[in-house]
Amino acid sequence: MIRFIVKRLAAGFVLLLVISLLIFVGCEMLPGDVAQIMLGQSASPENVAALRAELGLDRPAPVRYLAWLWGTFHGDWGVSMTSRQPVSVMLSERLSNTLTLAGLTTLVSVPLALLIGMVLAVHKGTRLDRVGTIVIVGLCATPEFLVATLGVLVFSIHLRWLPAISYVTPGTGVLTQIKSMLLPLATMTIIVTAQLARMTRAVVGNILTQPYVETARLKGAGPVRVIMVHALRNAVGPLINIIAMNVAYLISGVVIVETIFAFPGLARLMADSVQARDLPVVQACAMIFSASYIGLIMVADIVAKLFDSRKEPGAPS
Amino acid sequence: MTLLHIQNLNLSADSGKPILRDVSLTLENGQILALIGASGSGKTTLALTALGHMRPGVRHVSGQVLFRGQDLLRMSRRALARLRGRKLAYIAQSAAVSFNPRIRLDRQVTESSRIHHTMSPDAAHARAREVYRTLDLPTGEAFYNRFPHEVSGGQLQRFMIAMGLHEMPEILVCDEPTSALDATTQVEVLKALDTGIHASGTAAILVGHDIAQVVQVATHILVMRNGEVVERGTVEKILHHPEHPYTRRLLEMHRGFDAESGTMAETVAAASATAVSPSDRTDRAPLLEVRDLAVCYGTGGFAVKALSGASLTLNGGEMMAVVGESGSGKSTMARAIAGLVQPSQGEVLVNGRPMERDVLKRPLPMRRAVQITFQSADTSLNRHHTVGRILGQVLTFFGERSKERRAERIRDLLEQVHLPADYADRKPSQMSGGEKQRVNLARSLAARPDVLICDEITSALDNIVAASVLDLIAELKRELNIGILFISHDLSAVAAMSDKIMVLRNGEVVEQGPTAQVLGAPRHPYTRLLRSSVAALRLGWLEEASALHRSLRDELGA
Repeated sequence: MIRFIVKRLAAGFVLLLVISLLIFVGCEMLPGDVAQIMLGQSASPENVAALRAELGLDRPAPVRYLAWLWGTFHGDWGVSMTSRQPVSVMLSERLSNTLTLAGLTTLVSVPLALLIGMVLAVHKGTRLDRVGTIVIVGLCATPEFLVATLGVLVFSIHLRWLPAISYVTPGTGVLTQIKSMLLPLATMTIIVTAQLARMTRAVVGNILTQPYVETARLKGAGPVRVIMVHALRNAVGPLINIIAMNVAYLISGVVIVETIFAFPGLARLMADSVQARDLPVVQACAMIFSASYIGLIMVADIVAKLFDSRKEPGAPS
Repeated sequence: MTLLHIQNLNLSADSGKPILRDVSLTLENGQILALIGASGSGKTTLALTALGHMRPGVRHVSGQVLFRGQDLLRMSRRALARLRGRKLAYIAQSAAVSFNPRIRLDRQVTESSRIHHTMSPDAAHARAREVYRTLDLPTGEAFYNRFPHEVSGGQLQRFMIAMGLHEMPEILVCDEPTSALDATTQVEVLKALDTGIHASGTAAILVGHDIAQVVQVATHILVMRNGEVVERGTVEKILHHPEHPYTRRLLEMHRGFDAESGTMAETVAAASATAVSPSDRTDRAPLLEVRDLAVCYGTGGFAVKALSGASLTLNGGEMMAVVGESGSGKSTMARAIAGLVQPSQGEVLVNGRPMERDVLKRPLPMRRAVQITFQSADTSLNRHHTVGRILGQVLTFFGERSKERRAERIRDLLEQVHLPADYADRKPSQMSGGEKQRVNLARSLAARPDVLICDEITSALDNIVAASVLDLIAELKRELNIGILFISHDLSAVAAMSDKIMVLRNGEVVEQGPTAQVLGAPRHPYTRLLRSSVAALRLGWLEEASALHRSLRDELGA
């Protein structure tokens, strides 16, 4: 087991290195020049060249890559080209916002989705299942911006219960912070819960048709026992991977929701930085997103392995 | 006292097609009732109603299933769950898929006692060990606590029996408990089941497809066909005074092979008389010659030897049976001869000419010469194509360009396998299992092969259907004068009609020669083990066979 974990960690590290190269090459290929954009169209070629030299952009690409990689491993992400702030400072605030939102969403939606998915799987083919599935598939197919906009329309404009913009200012009370996060949280919970519940229903529903479930029922096991004792441990492997993918999505892929609510998260920071050609920030965000994907999937694989009785053939059981 | 009383039970599929028609039966204390019939006869569906269980797609139309006077089909789920596992227990057909792969075996065996709170954990522990011993399972806590994938198929099926017997149920329902096992293991598991049932004194319903096996355990027999009961009675009555023609046919299937002496009385003599005498062709090379063929799977230190040093010769009009249990290397040999796996050594000669090892490197005439028919017609035939298209493709591949001549050959091929000419327009889904296997054979014959390899082609078929396919093979061998390599794990099926036999075990040829000689006086204990595994249609066979098995297993050194 420990060998497996070490192997996975090493593989994850190598993968991250490869990704860093891809990110760097990708940023190199972006059209446009930071110095040119910062100084505007009318800047003289001398001024542009001087700024390029100041920003270190005149060095050859491999040197810049290695310098960046070296810095990254030391926590030095460079300096933002537009705000002239250290990237790490810009990131830390955004990262904590994103992690709070993603964490809260996960805490609410994962148990909720598992419960809904399992209830539907147990009642497969009944009216409850049909209605539930229609609602879930409908929500899966609804774009996030629609859910978010409807939320704003109802709760902010008509009822005036919640702020339409969830700009979190440091220093305000916890209650205000939670209140301002409630709409984005609800939007993302709805989307993620629907996705997860649909997959849970499929995975658990499939397990419930297995002969060993029939055996358990014919031993007199009730529906709760069948699910908790027999089905769930076989569902952990596939489900944990789906959950990991969804959490990774919550960290990196919620740019639309962040934009609608003006939520200061990582995804929006990256989108803004791409527009401004602020490459150090783009690269840092991309690395964090990649690392979160790799890390979460690695954790999922390890958990799935822990639940698999077939680990290491020949090992004493 | 009557435990179970099924009254005029009618069940149908969701489509309305009847599955059981007006079936009635009673089960008294201590009776062991066997349900016999072809697949699709409704025997498993009937047996499951004794647990109040209907699989998805089955509907209750009318009738009652009374257990101690209570109708199981009208009972609440909760009340039914209280009976299941405790009073009514179940032994599934395939233990391999019927155990939860992630839970230790001992936990699963004793689960009923935790569900129903019938025993303290200590008592359940002790009871399970008592049953394990009765069923002759290896001893040791570490063994009992293994996961399902860590024990052999025969052991797993015995754990399944232990699970059924754990609560000392009043009725034990066994759904073909041995049919997924190798022939040699079947004897041992059947014996364990017999011992277990008698030790716990439970009544039982035993679903089976092999009448010779079930009579060893049962006290009463119910013969079913198309959802109806055709005959019922005590084992003695059915064995000695069968009334219905269908029952007689089922019994006939077994009378042909005399396992005790290993000969097929008249059939072997008849077969060798019609076979082309080898002396006719001494001047010519044999049709198929295999020299020292070996196959390894994997490379380097991980290589597993699947077949080592098999040699054989086969002439036109001859049939060689290749027998052995799963994993013995018989399919590997077939695939190596056909060029589907690469042998690590040895050569294959057809009509004296060496064949390329890889089928893709064989020129067209070489490919044509060796054809293989696989076990499952369902996976071999494209279900979206008509029979005419399936056969036509083979003809086109081997160079028949004229549409008229192709149509003519398709008619001839269908006639050869005894199917009406209009089957050319049918798709596989519109045919029965036996018919599909005939088309599968016709597909191989379309190439006009010299050597036909049949890989377990009757294993998925019911006895009666399998027998008719075997008759067809014998006929093709005579009429087309081709060489047939017939691979099977069922000795009784092939002994009747093969001229030669090869016995494989763990990838090695343990014995080989003319069938009558090898089976008449087997030299190797493994051949004797195989021969003694063929159930004989008489009472008391199981006792003798399992005693013989024990001594032969000792001789083989496990």
